[in-house]
Amino acid sequence: MAGEEVILLSVYPSMFSMRVRIALAEKGVKYELKEEDLTNKSLLLLEMNPVHKKVPVLIHNGKPILESLIIVQYIDEVWHDKNPLEPSDPYERAQARFWADFIDKKVFDPARGIWATKGEEQEAAKKEFIEILKILEGELGEKPYFGGETFGLVDVALIPLYSWFYAFETCGNFKIESQCPKLVAWAKFCMQRESVSQSLSDPHSVYDTVLFLKKMFGIE
Amino acid sequence: MAEEVKLFRTWSSGYALRIVWALKLKGIEYETIFEDLTNKSPSLLQYNPIHGKVPVLVHDGKPVCESLVILEYVDETWKHNPLLPQDPYEKSMARFWANFGDDKLMKSIWQLFIAREKDQDVAAVEALENLKLVEEQLKGKKFFHGETIGYLDLAFGWFADFVSILEEIMSLKLVDGERFPHLSSWIQHFMDAPVIRDCWPPRDKMIIKYQVMREKYLAAATPK
Repeated sequence: MAGEEVILLSVYPSMFSMRVRIALAEKGVKYELKEEDLTNKSLLLLEMNPVHKKVPVLIHNGKPILESLIIVQYIDEVWHDKNPLEPSDPYERAQARFWADFIDKKVFDPARGIWATKGEEQEAAKKEFIEILKILEGELGEKPYFGGETFGLVDVALIPLYSWFYAFETCGNFKIESQCPKLVAWAKFCMQRESVSQSLSDPHSVYDTVLFLKKMFGIE
Repeated sequence: MAEEVKLFRTWSSGYALRIVWALKLKGIEYETIFEDLTNKSPSLLQYNPIHGKVPVLVHDGKPVCESLVILEYVDETWKHNPLLPQDPYEKSMARFWANFGDDKLMKSIWQLFIAREKDQDVAAVEALENLKLVEEQLKGKKFFHGETIGYLDLAFGWFADFVSILEEIMSLKLVDGERFPHLSSWIQHFMDAPVIRDCWPPRDKMIIKYQVMREKYLAAATPK
């Protein structure tokens, strides 16, 4: 569309930024990617997200949209002609939103616990993390995607986590695939989509970031 | 077409109240099932196995959970008297501020509510900062939605009631008319709006409930 200006403020290893990049790629939207340094936030970021000062931020024709799932829904609505991410039926849509919300509420605290803690605390985080993944496996069932036959909101919400699996497994000394084979199979299937494989950060780069964060927070 | 709409709620849940308001504003007939969360019904656990919480809307046998998700479902299913903005950007802002209300604002108000006297000043700082941000959103508007009540007003509805309860129990003024003229005005308009005003839970019961809760928290925090 002529005269469209789309900018994404992003941070490479951020799972939330990856969600937005996947959505933009699914829709074939041309955009400018601005990589933020969270230890030295740009004036643009502070101006566009004064409330939380966080990424990702989508700036569409000068107007900021905030919070990764809200951004994905916005992208889906504005560029609605291609690859719809939310189901068209209101009930199915409500189910997708429920599960996206579940992921946001339940996954990230134990995930953080795996790399940011040790000993008993870390074991508890690993246990909780696997429990949550198993619930998600239950919801996935035999479907190729959480969205059924089509790649959708819940897939977008969850798949960036896969790029962090190597870091979790290395920090936590465990193998996610052995406990959640269906979920890992789903992740590998999603990786066959160009939008996903091009948007997910390299697992080794993610691990390097985790090591950096551990150093910064004084975690062994 | 005979539709069956059921709402699982408790007498005091601000989250469930959002749905009560939405259904009433849209004139939808529904059956209420009051839950005792210390003794959850098998139906509730069947309809919301993941969280076991209220509210749950059951429409023709199919459950929808999480109040903000339910609000959007109600708005999309019964399209008259729309609650959410039509414009995608305005919609994304409404969703953002609803999340802010539930995450940051609610947490900071609660932290103030359960703070020991010596910690109240510190707790108040964050609460007041968050209130200032919400105050900004109301500039030039009667309601968050504009001239009429919408999604974001319903999302913040719990706040309109809880503020006065907190102020009474703690004997302090949190949302004063001078510092927060727009928020004060919104509270007055919202508390007394048609449909909204008929649904508030009994105030005396709410005061007792929250007083008891606060005392429990304060007792737990006090070093023995």
